[in-house]
Amino acid sequence: MLNQNPWWRYVVVIGMLLLTLLYALPNLYPADPALNISATRGGLVAENTHRQLLSSLASEGIAIKSSSLQNGELLLRFADTEAQLQAREQVMAALGSNYITALNLAPATPEWLTRIGATPMKLGLDLRGGVHFLLAVDMQAALEKNLNDLTALVRVDLRQADIRYRSVQTDLKAQQITITLREASDAAAVEAVLKKTDAGFEFSQSRDGKILQLRFSEQRQKEIREYALAQNITILRNRINGIGVAEPLVQRQGADRIIVQLPGVQDTAQAKEILGATASLEFRLVDTQSDLAAALAGQLPAGASLYQTRDGRPLLLEKRIMLTGDHITGATAGYDDTGMPQVTIMLDAPGSNLLSAGTKDAVGRRMASVFIEYQPSQERDAAGTPILIKQQEVINDATIQSRLGGRSFQITGLSSPAEAQNLASLLRAGALIAPIQIIEERTIGPSLGQENIQLGMQAILWGMVAVLVFMAVYYKGFGVVANVALLANVVLLIGLMSMLPGATLTLPGMAGIVLTVGMAVDANVLIFERIREELAEGRSIQQAIHQGYDRAFATIADSNITTLLVALILFGVGTGPIKGFAITLALGILTSIFTAVIGTRLVVNLLWGGRRVQSLPL
Amino acid sequence: MQLFAFRQAVSFMRFKYVAVIFSALLVVLCLGLIATKGLNWGLDFTGGTVIEVNFTAAANLNHVRDKLSVVGFPDAVVQFFGSSQDVMIRIPLREGVAQAEIGNTVVNALKTEFAQSVSMRRVEFVGPSVGEELKQDGGLALLVALLGILAYVAMRFEWRLSVGAVLALGHDVILTLGLFSLLQIEFDLTVLAAILALIGYSINDTIVVFDRIRESFRKLRDSSVDETINMAITSTLNRTVITSLTTILVLVVLFFLGGALIHGFATALLFGIAVGTYSSVYVASGIAVLLGLNRADLLPVVVEADSVDITP
Repeated sequence: MLNQNPWWRYVVVIGMLLLTLLYALPNLYPADPALNISATRGGLVAENTHRQLLSSLASEGIAIKSSSLQNGELLLRFADTEAQLQAREQVMAALGSNYITALNLAPATPEWLTRIGATPMKLGLDLRGGVHFLLAVDMQAALEKNLNDLTALVRVDLRQADIRYRSVQTDLKAQQITITLREASDAAAVEAVLKKTDAGFEFSQSRDGKILQLRFSEQRQKEIREYALAQNITILRNRINGIGVAEPLVQRQGADRIIVQLPGVQDTAQAKEILGATASLEFRLVDTQSDLAAALAGQLPAGASLYQTRDGRPLLLEKRIMLTGDHITGATAGYDDTGMPQVTIMLDAPGSNLLSAGTKDAVGRRMASVFIEYQPSQERDAAGTPILIKQQEVINDATIQSRLGGRSFQITGLSSPAEAQNLASLLRAGALIAPIQIIEERTIGPSLGQENIQLGMQAILWGMVAVLVFMAVYYKGFGVVANVALLANVVLLIGLMSMLPGATLTLPGMAGIVLTVGMAVDANVLIFERIREELAEGRSIQQAIHQGYDRAFATIADSNITTLLVALILFGVGTGPIKGFAITLALGILTSIFTAVIGTRLVVNLLWGGRRVQSLPL
Repeated sequence: MQLFAFRQAVSFMRFKYVAVIFSALLVVLCLGLIATKGLNWGLDFTGGTVIEVNFTAAANLNHVRDKLSVVGFPDAVVQFFGSSQDVMIRIPLREGVAQAEIGNTVVNALKTEFAQSVSMRRVEFVGPSVGEELKQDGGLALLVALLGILAYVAMRFEWRLSVGAVLALGHDVILTLGLFSLLQIEFDLTVLAAILALIGYSINDTIVVFDRIRESFRKLRDSSVDETINMAITSTLNRTVITSLTTILVLVVLFFLGGALIHGFATALLFGIAVGTYSSVYVASGIAVLLGLNRADLLPVVVEADSVDITP
């Protein structure tokens, strides 16, 4: 018999709908304004601190919806943003600089939904407010720095190999180094010497053989760019983690761009200070002669100053700087011969000379690496911009085993590969070779974000109502079936958007949902019109339903594939909000085919299929 | 209920010359408009700074302008955005100064001038290189979309139909751009997205008609090309109009309820879909016929399995 479905098909479709409905549910619970409180330097918020905070907030009359301490992080929820902002002032005053207090919108998903991994849709910055930066890394500067370093190296190498030359010059414009030799016959030797240290060069020779040109190979240039980009991303991550932003995003885009998104941040002046702050690195000898206890008591010996390590240990360091971070050309984490984690630090030629001289008489002493960063403080100057304070921190101190002479040296004795990784990234951060520049900024105030959500929701709601009414009036019973499919389609779409980790809802994305609502009924219109035609041609009702669905399907598939193609192109080209639009459009096409073709068929078959029907409500 | 209940095919193709010439004229007119008046490129493409601020009471634009001149932005464009309490300030790119700082400077200046009654809604800064790239990427996206569709339709149908479809799409895009040029509506990133969505929608429409044309050619063996196409268009006319109607319905809702940021998007799609409905009926099939489409082009290739070869 025509138009009957096996029972399992109902089970599959209903199952899918229920599943997506379950995952769409968290979107019904509005998020709470909240504060995320965490301790700096990887510390934990103690239960004690938690209790103190609660009582201090209560004494100020600030109402808390709920509070929870998990994994050493405290989450306070509030009924409205006003209470949230008041509480933030209070918390920051009470806790001081050892804690980070971040504004957040905490999803209020019930426990049972969280347990199955259901979360609400991620909202784009245009809906939740915050600031978006696009930063460009100055690759030219990175290449020039490397070229300058290389020039110095070439001079040293040639001298050591006893090759006489007239000059070695950097040509920044042509991005190459010109070596002018005295004897053309030395050219081969030069090439051999330089290739021995590093193979990432390309040579070319003038006709008389006396002028050699040296440039970075494509591969090497690419490495330099990648390094500069990775270095900047590490630095930005470190800094942003320090200022307290819930769910920040630092992501590379293309060959030389970095996206930074800071949800909830309104003060772009502060954000820019942080992004533009400079970090540097110094190597100093540890002063073991003087009395640390006396220094702590306030009697600093001459020629030394007091520092703190990352874990809070005090340390006396000599004032004399042995080496600064701008001589570091690279730092990588790895393992030594015995399989212990270590960090290898590469130096440029002047740097290796300095270190060689500085460590000559210091074998057996300890050398500390000091990381220096200028960070904005809570205090502000007259113009309202935060005052930068210098923060110094000893990130490592190690015993010098022998005089350090070469182009690289190792720091060993690290406790774990993770520590080695961390140290290497900090060392790299302190030797920034490529500056960054803000080339795009978008700040959305929280009120606008809220308003955008409301506008979008209203448009979706009334758009749906309009289509639902139209379909019910025009196609009667079948129209109602199509309406059920349309509702299912929206649930499916929202459920999928909530499940997919990469999907973000934006204002254009909401417009995409509205558009999907209008276009999703197309498949049903095609099918219903086809059924009418088949009926008009005199087919039986069951035949007409069968043929209608069958014939319309080829058309539906054909016409949707091209739309899908366009959505994919849009996804590839677009950024941020437009990507959000492309995602909803593409998902909307897929879900609408599913509900309009498979879903309505089930209902139509159930109601009118496989039995004697006098006429169809169409 | 049924919109159109035709007893027999409406002879759409009788007007194919008129329609194609009419469309060609419109396209030329719009291209002329775009060439002379140009498009009112939005911040995304030109670069510069846009600041939207909200006043608690109706804002005095002249007061805002004066204040901005004092702090060094005499070239700022100040206008209402959506309501008399929302003010949008556009500041063009300028050489030398730290571009990214402009937004903060302006917001701070307004806050000192108007104290509590003003709040920042959004600040957007786009550097010069970003805008240029976006224009290129946007153009490229349009081109890739059209070429992709050209290839897909040529593969699934036939090259004459494919050319007709892509020309019809080009027609829709150019007419929409023409409208934006004529009314000088701001052309921003969401409008670009709308135009790409329009391409997706319009091709959808066209393919439904093409599908039916192919089917009709196979079914109606004795009719002329024009008659067959008329038949195909007539039988899909209900669907074409109803889908356009529901889409236009939601777009009208979006236009009125979606807020000022979505206006351009809704306008582009509303106009584009109206034009696209017409073009998928007339332009796409009309051009295919003018290019010499005939029945043989769309019949399935018959493989004669047991033919006998005769060799001399």
